This record gives sequence, C-alpha cells and structure tokens, in this order.
Amino acid sequence: MRYSGLQVIKEGLFGNKGWTPAWRNPEPKAEYEAIIIGGGGHGLSTAYYLAKNFGLRNIAVLEKGYLGGGNVGRNTTIVRANYFLPGNSEFYSHSLKLWEGLEADLNYNVMHSQRGLINLFHSDGQRDAFARRGNAMINQGDDAILLDRDGVRQHLPYLDFNNTRFPIYGGLLHPRGGTARHDAVAWGYARGADQRGVDLIQNCEVTGIDVQNGRVTGVQTTRGAIKAKKVAIIVAGRSGQVAAMAGMRLPIESHVLQAFVTEGLKPVINHVISFGMGHFYISQSDKGGLVFGGDIDFYASYASRGNLPMVEHVMEAGMTLMPMIGRAKVLRSWGGIMDMTPDGSPIIDKTDTEGLFIDCGWNYGGFKAVPASGWCMAHLMATGESHAVARRFKLNRFATGHLLDEEGTGSQHNLH
Amino acid sequence: MRIHCPLCGQRDRREFTYYGADDFLRRPGEGAAPEAWDNYLHLRDNPAGVTRDLWYHDMGCSSWLVVERNTVTHAVLSVRLAAEAEGAA
Repeated sequence: MRYSGLQVIKEGLFGNKGWTPAWRNPEPKAEYEAIIIGGGGHGLSTAYYLAKNFGLRNIAVLEKGYLGGGNVGRNTTIVRANYFLPGNSEFYSHSLKLWEGLEADLNYNVMHSQRGLINLFHSDGQRDAFARRGNAMINQGDDAILLDRDGVRQHLPYLDFNNTRFPIYGGLLHPRGGTARHDAVAWGYARGADQRGVDLIQNCEVTGIDVQNGRVTGVQTTRGAIKAKKVAIIVAGRSGQVAAMAGMRLPIESHVLQAFVTEGLKPVINHVISFGMGHFYISQSDKGGLVFGGDIDFYASYASRGNLPMVEHVMEAGMTLMPMIGRAKVLRSWGGIMDMTPDGSPIIDKTDTEGLFIDCGWNYGGFKAVPASGWCMAHLMATGESHAVARRFKLNRFATGHLLDEEGTGSQHNLH
Repeated sequence: MRIHCPLCGQRDRREFTYYGADDFLRRPGEGAAPEAWDNYLHLRDNPAGVTRDLWYHDMGCSSWLVVERNTVTHAVLSVRLAAEAEGAA
C-alpha cells in the first residue's frame, strides 16, 4: 500500500479499517543469498539498499528481539553533518543528503526536521576550533555559520548569558542539522525492504556463525540453521559477542550512554543545542518532551541503565545552560549500549573470513549515519569494494595506524 | 555503584576514574610484534558478564585497582590493588 494524504483522508472517513500490516512476518527459509544479523537502523537500511540499489531480493534480516528495538528505538535523534576529518566528513555529508530525500524515497514520514543545530563555544580557543570546523563543513559542500554572542542570543534568547564560569562566546550554526523520528526510520526502512522481498525475521537470535575453510557458510539461530554465502554483522553494542562466534576479537568496548525526556511542554526549544563545556545537548521532540543527554558513564557496561553520578552531571549542565528548564519534570531516562572504538569512528569492512562483513563501532553517533551506513554496507556486500565515502572505515586501521580520531582524545575506548 | 577500595574501604563511584580493561596490565615487551601492540591497545574481549578492568582511586588513595565486575548487573565482585595483581608489570 502506498501512503499518501489522500489515503489518510479516505481511511479516516471509513473507520481506518483498510490499513494493512507494513511488513510480512515470514518463516525463515533454509538458505538466502545474504543474511544480515541485526534488525536495527543500520541492518534494515543495509537490507533496503541491497534490494533497491543492487537488486538483491533473496535476503534475510535476523533480529533477536523486535525490529528497531535497540538503539534506533531509543536515542536522541540528532541528524547532522558537522564532521571535520577527511574520511568522516564526506561520509556524514552523504548521509545528510540521503536523509533529505529519505521520506520521498521510502514513502514514509520519518519526520525529518532540519531545525538547525547550534554548537556553543566558550573560549577564544574553542571559537578558533569551531571556525576551522565550519570551514571544513563548507569545503565539504555543507553549511555552517559562525555566530557571535549576539547572533546566538537572537536564536536562543533563553540561555544564561551571564554565566561567568562558561561564558557563551558564540556558536557554530549548522542550519541543515536537526532531528528525525527514530522509530519511523527503522519502520520506513523495514517496510521498504519488505516490499522488495527481503524477509524480516524477528525473535530469531543468532547463536553461531558457520565457517568452513575460511569461508562463511551460514548461521545457527534459535529458529534453526540458515545457510548463506554472505553474512553481515550489524549489531551495535553486541558486536563483541557476535564477532566472537566467528573467532574475532574487535577493537570495541561497550559502554552505557544515558538520555532523558521530560513531560510534554509547549514549543520552547526550536533547535538542537549542544553545550560544549558542560557535555550537554538538548532538543524538543514534536510531542513536546525535552530530549537531552550528556557523556557516556565512562565504564564498560551492558546493563542498559546508567548510574546516578552522570544523571546528576547532566541535570547540572542543563540548569547551568538554560535555568528555565528547571521546573520541567523528567518523565523517563534510559541507557543504551554503545559500541565504542578507540578512535571514536566506525567500521564498515570485510573480515578475514570470506563472505563475512561487519558494520559496527558507531559509538554514540549511529543514528544520523543510518542511511549512509546501509548505503555503504550494501555497496561493500554487493561489489566487494568499499564505497568511496566509507573507504577509511577499515577494521584494521588501528593496527596500521590510520586512526580517525575526530575529537583528538587519544586511543582509549571511553574517551570519545 | 560503590567500589570497595582495599585501602580506603567502600567508596562512591565518583571517587574513581575508569581506565579500561585489564589488558592494560599486559604491556608487550621490548621488540614485540605490531600485532601484540594492536592487541594490547585496541582489541578487547568486551564480555557481557564478568570482566576485569582498571580503575584509579584519584579522589582517595591514588591506587590503581583491578576491579572484577559484572557488566550486565553492575555488581562489583572483587577489588585488588593493581600492584599486587597477577601479571602486573
């Protein structure tokens, strides 16, 4: 069924009885051309682009829970292309362009809202660094505007401009940055992949990866063995466990990142704002909740929940930046499992096992990358070659020294 | 989360700084192959369950500690001084 405004009106008039499920719920077949382990944003977009760009239809996405039930269903939904390093810059630029055409492409409302992103700076040194970053973004063909203090005040009059510890010197405005509806992105890709014949198999946990003579031959699952000559591991925080099934040890440590949502409020924050000195960022969802977060908790964790020190820190940073939010009640918080790499950049690559591919290491920035990650992973799986904008996301770049340390914080998993 | 420092007793997590997995205790020797350094600096077992990692008691006794923890439950199982840990350089 093609979705349209006319369809909404028609269904509204006839009791919404005509809607059909957005995807099938098929039984797994004995063999596929390609298997994607992980039905999150990246796995679903990979399946979609394999089908759409390369005509592969005989594909299964295996999801141990339900589609989009992991980090893509729980994140702060920021979409931006404000990267600096060659390798990252062209990739996120490509991703943002895909975002801009995504709703028309998927025939699905992902509520992509380019409301503008402002990164605040608080010292002369930080201004220089942001000016340089802005120039890199413009050189990449994206947009960036360096705002002075008055410029920020025009956009964000409610910030505390009298803060003496972290005075607001200005901000880097990225007008095409913004947010999107996280669940809808997963659902849109799932529906698009399903329409092109991809089998989306839920409640199907992979328990083993079969390798013979250095070649992948299939996977063992809780719903039986499934054969395939190509298998992709796209499982975010669980990458370590799944890769271990194929005898791999990854440059990844899984950490917990917390985020928070308040009760619904009238529109008050129009942008995505990040407070560089306080490790705090915030936006307001279309439903009205303030969505905000800060740093990871800094210790390895699979608990899907964090501890109170970071909760306290994030609330303090928020109150420092914009005291007006002090009376909003926090409705809920959660912790996601982040696959942290030693340089803070992702991996889209082949492995030493022929036919086995891996897409992981998205740290806490995977949401905005969903379209380009799938695009490039599909390209790699179909052609055997890295896509031009993802050619530096090598699995062995740590061994060879070709790190992509965007923040320049050094080779330690929890510092990015 | 609280960590029982062998020297200071039960202390709040805020007093400690996390460094990483206890792989950092097994620094390759002189002339080790590049793969050994990659293994030491970057590659991790990253278990969902019991792990051993290094914490620094910077707001306490300044000791390096080897903390045995469960990454799924956040339970702290045992804490030892890194200086006394097996294989410490």
